[in-house]
Amino acid sequence: MSAALDSIANPEAENPSSLIVRFGPDKPLMLDCGVALTPFQIAYQTYGTLNADKSNALLICHALTGDQHVANDHPLTKKSGWWLNMIGPGKVFDTDRFFIICSNVVGACMGTTGPASQNPHGDGVWAIDFPVVTIRDMVRAQAMLIDHLGIDTLFCVAGGSMGGMQVLQWAASYPERVFAAMPIATAPKHSAQNIAFHEVGRQAIMADPLWKAGRYIEAGVRPEKGLAVARMAAHITYLSEPALHRKFGRKLQDRDAPTFSFDADFEVESYLRYQGRSFVERFDANSYLYLTRAMDYFDLAADYEGVLARAFKGTKTRFCVVSFTSDWLFPTSDSRAVVHALNAAGASVSFVEVATDKGHDAFLLDEPVLTATMSGFISSAARARGLAGGAS
Amino acid sequence: MSLSPTGQNTTRVDLLLVADMIEVGARVLDVGCGDGALLKTLIERRRVDGRGIELSQAGVNSCVAQGLSVIQGDADTDLDAYPDDSFDYVVLSQTLQATRNPRVVLEQLLRIGRRAIVSFPNFGHWRVRASLLFGGRMPVTENLTYAWYETPNIHFCTIRDFVDLCDAIGAKIEGGVALNGSGNKVGLQLPWAVWNLFGEQAIFLLSRPR
Repeated sequence: MSAALDSIANPEAENPSSLIVRFGPDKPLMLDCGVALTPFQIAYQTYGTLNADKSNALLICHALTGDQHVANDHPLTKKSGWWLNMIGPGKVFDTDRFFIICSNVVGACMGTTGPASQNPHGDGVWAIDFPVVTIRDMVRAQAMLIDHLGIDTLFCVAGGSMGGMQVLQWAASYPERVFAAMPIATAPKHSAQNIAFHEVGRQAIMADPLWKAGRYIEAGVRPEKGLAVARMAAHITYLSEPALHRKFGRKLQDRDAPTFSFDADFEVESYLRYQGRSFVERFDANSYLYLTRAMDYFDLAADYEGVLARAFKGTKTRFCVVSFTSDWLFPTSDSRAVVHALNAAGASVSFVEVATDKGHDAFLLDEPVLTATMSGFISSAARARGLAGGAS
Repeated sequence: MSLSPTGQNTTRVDLLLVADMIEVGARVLDVGCGDGALLKTLIERRRVDGRGIELSQAGVNSCVAQGLSVIQGDADTDLDAYPDDSFDYVVLSQTLQATRNPRVVLEQLLRIGRRAIVSFPNFGHWRVRASLLFGGRMPVTENLTYAWYETPNIHFCTIRDFVDLCDAIGAKIEGGVALNGSGNKVGLQLPWAVWNLFGEQAIFLLSRPR
């Protein structure tokens, strides 16, 4: 490996600071596109202790740009875990009671096999030779991890956004293995508007000359500008107009008057540029292409003759669906479609629409109503599962 | 405090009376379940498999935080999603008068459930009549606390009106109770006219039209 490559390649992609399970040729991951992915590995983090009868395992599914570092400092950015406010002793996902698992999804870049991983059939990384993956593929890989850990039934599967899609897929694909499910700020299918936003992001990456038709790692470069623009555009969709107004308004950045230039005059511009810059340090551009594609392809009902309720037919899983009033990326109507399907399937379901102006990202933030909802649901599910006494 | 549209806090008696109408272990949907007081009572006393729908976010939050299976929804629009016969009982407690289309809602209850239990404030109560007759104003009583311009109760009815509606949709009245202002039952054997005059609220057990 050349020196340039060392500096460009993300060391976490191949040798992550996480637990790893490697699946050899005997256990390929059968992808929806028809390819058998082998060998492949899954990087994951765990918190808390698995109890003797393995009934207290809780799987967290991460979102598009999240990863398995859900409750520990990130190895690259050194920032605290993305759901640290929910996970820990005495918190909603109580590490004194539950064994919490979070794995990097297939196609991502923090240690689970993806386009930045070594291609076993070639000299370099997979890059865009990596097969296109789906949400169902991600869930299939997670099920292999759960098998590997010897866990039969997960106490709960929870996640927001793309993580919520995985939760819905888990409930549909493995209903008997999911005791409780918490899909948050998500949808049973990706909308045309959301596919459109993703396409803008992908085109920004592919328009960057340093993308090099996907072969940038071998060329020792990174399409940072394209990836940053993709992140900036996407980041706007995670917020809301009122939240942007409250945070930035038309305030100028470190200056008293406009400069009559294309500098970042406004605070909001400076903020977005920062978001773009910091993102490229931890995320692989090709992974961004693959994971956005996986979300675009997600349409749960399509696998069930177009009737969403059939995806949940006969389910015994108890569901808690949460949406946010100001989320225009995954609006409440999407969550309500899930709730109606669950009602039609006779499922046990709770549904809360949280009033907040923080937009889609509200699921990552301290929202007292969200916390109370999740906590009430998890506690009652734990009682029903006989987990009231804590892990032992 | 109850979050029912009547804004009252005297529902304990009617909760117990509803509980008396439901057999142990039944599947129950509570439409307009407020803060979950009835669902909790039914789960504790009747060990029902209970679900709820509630319009107000405060109500839903309170229910879900208590571990009840409750969704945020509207009796007028969100009952469509439930399949026929999915519950043994569908309860509409102190909510009928706040729906936009009580007839359709009542029909939905009897489609979704084998039986429906409906309780509502009786607009035929003598105090209501007296308030309008002598005061010349829309009644504001202990049980009906809202002024006319801010009330969510857009479809008040009397006990007789309700019985007529049941006739119109062919619902069979299997049982009923009227409660006076002190929360005591109005004599069971007395004619409708007496119930209608002295009942402040009524609870009916209905079964499906044949």
